[in-house]
Amino acid sequence: MVKVPIYMDNNATTPLDPRVLEAMMPYLTTEFGNAASRSHAFGWKAEEAVQKAREQIADLIGGNEKEIVFTSGATESDNLAIKGVAEFYKEKGNHIITTRTEHKAVLDTCKRLERQGFEVTYLDVDKYGRVSAEQVKNALTDKTILVSIMFANNEIGTVQPIAEIGAVVKERGIVFHCDAVQGIGKLPFDVEQMKVDLVSISAHKFYGPKGIGALWVRRKPRVRIAPIIDGGGHERGMRSGTLNVPAIVGFGAAAEIAKREMPEEGLRTGKLRQRLQDFLFAHLDHLELNGHPEHRLPGNLNVSFAFVEGEALMMAIKNVAVSSGSACTSASLEPSYVLRACGVSEDLAHTSIRFGIGRFNTEEEVDFVGKYVVDQVTKLRAMSPLYEMAKEGIDLSKIEWAAH
Amino acid sequence: MAYGDKVLDHYENPRNVGTLDKADPSVGTGLVGAPACGDVMRLQVKIGDDGKILDAKFKTFGCGSAIASSSLVTEWVKGKSVDEALTIKNTQIAQELSLPPVKIHCSVLAEDAIKAAIADWKKKRAAEQQQLTADRPQERRAE
Repeated sequence: MVKVPIYMDNNATTPLDPRVLEAMMPYLTTEFGNAASRSHAFGWKAEEAVQKAREQIADLIGGNEKEIVFTSGATESDNLAIKGVAEFYKEKGNHIITTRTEHKAVLDTCKRLERQGFEVTYLDVDKYGRVSAEQVKNALTDKTILVSIMFANNEIGTVQPIAEIGAVVKERGIVFHCDAVQGIGKLPFDVEQMKVDLVSISAHKFYGPKGIGALWVRRKPRVRIAPIIDGGGHERGMRSGTLNVPAIVGFGAAAEIAKREMPEEGLRTGKLRQRLQDFLFAHLDHLELNGHPEHRLPGNLNVSFAFVEGEALMMAIKNVAVSSGSACTSASLEPSYVLRACGVSEDLAHTSIRFGIGRFNTEEEVDFVGKYVVDQVTKLRAMSPLYEMAKEGIDLSKIEWAAH
Repeated sequence: MAYGDKVLDHYENPRNVGTLDKADPSVGTGLVGAPACGDVMRLQVKIGDDGKILDAKFKTFGCGSAIASSSLVTEWVKGKSVDEALTIKNTQIAQELSLPPVKIHCSVLAEDAIKAAIADWKKKRAAEQQQLTADRPQERRAE
């Protein structure tokens, strides 16, 4: 019998790998020095540990350790990249290109810049959540100073053609930022191959600690950003503030493990995802897969269970931790904007569940979750007037519903 | 979202889930809400000649609070007269289930469902009586 509750929400966060904790422990206890202290051994040891972490992280993405700027996490990295470029290059232009399915850390940052006079193009995505290099090319203007497109989507797992987009953007000498939070550590990502200039990374998405992230900033050719936090001039002036040494050490250790185990782990989580998907689709009707069938994160499965509201389903499978695109799970009462951007109807968006399979999930757990979900969906559909109507052949889209 | 015990109880053991024959003249059906908003409730009541609610059934597409609200009102309306059932207010439902502010609309929907079900029954009855007073005696078709 599997142990419950089962954690299957690895796109939200991942547990700390015990090996990462082990690497961090000395820096949480005896090695407490400030990495900026140049005059004694406590500082030197901390600086040495940070240096090693920079190399481990740079190595994961094919960059140079001098290009790593530590931040508090990916939200800060996204803010720093976008606001930093906007501020530094504002004399050159005021146009930014992004997509409708970016994380809120990108979208809300762009919204703020719009209020300050910048113009932002939000590219539409196809039904799988993808944009094309062609779309980006057509949106570029003489005023474009930044293109910001995510590597993989946090809700639906869709992977964007970053290398193709990078080629188009580079050709025009425009800065290209990639929020790679969801993909890094899961799929190969090489900054040279992808032709990116700025990359947002977060440690806790690949079994590192929370509260630590990085912005990779290209040095050749040099990309400039204006800082948003002023102070002691840490991180080459781009991000002041005393470095969180234990978290950085954990970040580095997590990056090293991810790089080494990625081929095997990607294959394994991908197979588990497929196993869960196959089971659900074999045992239930009226299901829709959200996101791209192939170009997606290996462990991400997002499914709409028509006629069953997402939050109700999450309550029914309370021994399994997952997420939903249903409005009822958010304070806004709006269903997922990512699914809506993919053209998923509001009613189906309300019925979506995201399963995030990660390093520590087992085949046994996946089988348990599959059966559990099938049972509960069947139970909830027996309670759903919409399922009954659909079975009677009533076209639900033809009914005049009273919006409330 | 953390739910109160009463919501969980109704959600886990919903009362009176099911379907009544909507063609039956003594049955009123109320279908309220919209799939796009994430909740649809169908409440059905079977009403005796004396105007008392004999039975109530529901089916709901919606979150835990929506399911609990509809389950609760089926319990409440049973045995009540039509007029008594119409006095049930959403605030009573919300209070009984300790619904948080963001879920108040679920109780509003449940109140609307009662009103819609009874209105449907009244409409059917009015049509029936109109037919009874017509010149030709009513021919009842067995179904």
